[in-house]
Amino acid sequence: MEAKIQTIIDKYGADKGFLVPILQDVQKEFKYLPREALTHVSVYLGVPISRLFEVATFYKAFSLTPRGKHELSLCLGTACHVRGAPLIGDNIERTLGIKAGETSSDLEFTFETVNCLGACALGPILVVDGEYHGNISITKSNKILKKLGKKVQIDEEN
Amino acid sequence: MKRIKSPQELEKLRKEIQAERDPNKSCIAICAGTGCLALGSDKIIAAFKKEIKKQGVDTAVTTIRETGCPGFCEQGPIVVIYPEEICYLRVTVKDVPEILSKTVVNKEVIERLVYKDPASGERIVKDSEIPFYRKQKRYVIGNNINIDPKSLEDYIATGGYAALAKVLNGMSPESVIEEIIKANLRGRGGGGFPAGWKWEATRKAKGEPKYLICNADEGDPGAFMDRALLEGSPHSVLEGMIIGAYAIGCGQGYIYVRNEYPLAVENATLALEKARSLGLLGDDILGSGFNFDIKINRGGGAFVCGESSALFASIEGRTGEPRAKYVHATDRGLYDKPTDLNNVETWANVPLIINKGADWYRTIGTENSKGTKIFALVGKINNTGLVEVPMGITLREIIYDIGGGIPHGRKFKAVQTGGPSGGCIPEQFLDMTVDFDELAKIGSMMGSGGMIVMDDHNCMVDVARYFLKFLEEESCGKCTPCREGVYQMRMILDKITEGKGTMEDLDTIEWMGQAIIDGSLCALGGTAPNPVLSTLKYFRHEYEAHIKDKKCPAGVCKALITYTIDPEKCTGCDVCARVCPTDAATGKKKEVYTIDQEKCIKCGACIEGCNFDAVIVS
Ligand SMILES: Cc1cc2nc3c(=O)[nH]c(=O)nc-3n(C[C@H](O)[C@H](O)[C@H](O)COP(=O)(O)O)c2cc1C
Ligand code: FES
Repeated sequence: MEAKIQTIIDKYGADKGFLVPILQDVQKEFKYLPREALTHVSVYLGVPISRLFEVATFYKAFSLTPRGKHELSLCLGTACHVRGAPLIGDNIERTLGIKAGETSSDLEFTFETVNCLGACALGPILVVDGEYHGNISITKSNKILKKLGKKVQIDEEN
Repeated sequence: MKRIKSPQELEKLRKEIQAERDPNKSCIAICAGTGCLALGSDKIIAAFKKEIKKQGVDTAVTTIRETGCPGFCEQGPIVVIYPEEICYLRVTVKDVPEILSKTVVNKEVIERLVYKDPASGERIVKDSEIPFYRKQKRYVIGNNINIDPKSLEDYIATGGYAALAKVLNGMSPESVIEEIIKANLRGRGGGGFPAGWKWEATRKAKGEPKYLICNADEGDPGAFMDRALLEGSPHSVLEGMIIGAYAIGCGQGYIYVRNEYPLAVENATLALEKARSLGLLGDDILGSGFNFDIKINRGGGAFVCGESSALFASIEGRTGEPRAKYVHATDRGLYDKPTDLNNVETWANVPLIINKGADWYRTIGTENSKGTKIFALVGKINNTGLVEVPMGITLREIIYDIGGGIPHGRKFKAVQTGGPSGGCIPEQFLDMTVDFDELAKIGSMMGSGGMIVMDDHNCMVDVARYFLKFLEEESCGKCTPCREGVYQMRMILDKITEGKGTMEDLDTIEWMGQAIIDGSLCALGGTAPNPVLSTLKYFRHEYEAHIKDKKCPAGVCKALITYTIDPEKCTGCDVCARVCPTDAATGKKKEVYTIDQEKCIKCGACIEGCNFDAVIVS
């Protein structure tokens, strides 16, 4: 881990001004910001660990807890909201048994809500493991969850 | 390509590229922007490549162009065949072999894939003749369909970097600024501040180095024109920035782009590399002795970072907390140095003004708002997508003539502009003209250009609550009026949507909103109450219905509605029972079904499933 972090920091010339992009790369590498990783960043970059936590908890892009194998982000931006995204969010929360922003205890799923992915014309939008799905309905979200191995209420005859 | 060392060499290169391109050669332009990709355009591109090989089509006469967003997202994926300009909508992988054999090779139009006017049933082949495009003036975003954003040659072939060449070929920095002031280019990122004045102030400010930033944070949920521009035509943004840097006298620029826009980051990064290798960026640009370079900074997913001082803090690697504005950024901005910050769309307007001249630019628009504005027309509207219209157009023209009205014959209720800082505009103002000043007069604002249309199934109290919730989460927490005030207002709206509100609450919201506006440190808090105050002003009856009658007229607020089944419409098809997650909907097949109110969680599954509109929400 140490070596990987050093490589990332060196890529930015160990410049403290690039703290946010450095942490973004660290997060990309480990899928979250492990405490140990933050300690290394703190040492190499010469930034107090408190500053790192300040930044890591301020920006939504960072997670201090491990992420699930499957990541679902539902857009709750205005355009998606007025087209019924909240009901879909409720459905996903109910099916996965977790609230938005949480990861299931078996580390299978992380469910998040985001504010606009810039594909508003096709709202509501659900991103599943990096793949965008547009015009999501309750039925469509159920089909996606089923594919990921969840038991859902689907109208099989239709 | 070889590095070019003068404006003349650039013109020579342009002629060479153009000469190599046969205008009669067919080109299949396919949208590869985020929107169409979500609809599967990557698969269509792959299918075309495969089919071309399979059908043995000569690639010397047929090319594929993967373009940025042409705006008509509703009908995507979009494929346009040139030179005939045949526009196919909602293309699927299955259509690909036929498009290639019939249209590309034999120039035959496939009827079912072209636009069909919903009213007259008439088929329209050319994209420029479709009503959605007809009333638009696509000066800024129109080039998207003509270029592959990953190709600098494409941009140059369509006249790219000519404005930069013109500037470096004899215009003084002062005369560039004069031109921008004369054009009255106002910032497209929200405030509408004249860009030329800002450039001039930064130029005149003491302190070196000077910085210039492109704000591509686009935090306004529901707006995506900045993404479409940066992703679809990155060089036009770069060209604007380089011209700005020359005028201001600045050597380092930044593009601050949202983390949620990976494709925009990718295309902009590539554009920087290509521009650098051609000598359009970096040291000694076009042999003029002028040096300027650009770095890309990705945001961290915080709305407040679109605000100028928070954005500077974020680039400096700190948390994005705004500071008080008694010093201007043009004097002390990034790293406390003179800084000019402009929005993506503002930058993209610059080459246009330089190329065509301020006098031409001034002929478009209204007295105090010149040029065009790109709006993201979304929500409950038939033709969702990006529209670029001249300032001064009416809301009705945008929503009905371009947008095609409200789907399913429902009734228009409101249009929300200006994002979380803006307001909801009711029907009575539909004939108002759209520009910076008019929108402000009725309690909304231009904002970055989100235009979210709502119908009678949208609850205005719920929408107001939505924005407060958004701003509560996005408030950086530094100042009390915003951090605590927005939270308290949201709690009151929660109460109202749950049917527990009182009439006094409405008074409280009003004075509290004013206090937040007066007391907040930055414009996030300073405009946060707008969505609430504007809905309260124009839709007070809806608030009162929630409070006095304990009813949500739009059928949205869960605590105030019940689902029942209309015995007249129910056919006993059993769908509701099959999709109901709590077994609340029950009945015997072919008989009228019922919903057990104790079990019903109002999840919406039966409404979505029912083919006969039999579920009543009341
Ligand atoms: C909370 C907040 C968020 C903002 N977000 C953005 C944004 O995402 N994009 C943008 O261009 N301007 C945004 N602005 C406006 C900027 O502060 C600034 O006025 C603008 O980038 C200046 O560019 P312009 O003059 O070209 O419009 C925001 C302002 C506030 C207060
Ligand atoms: S509001 Fe959902 S993608 Fe923009």
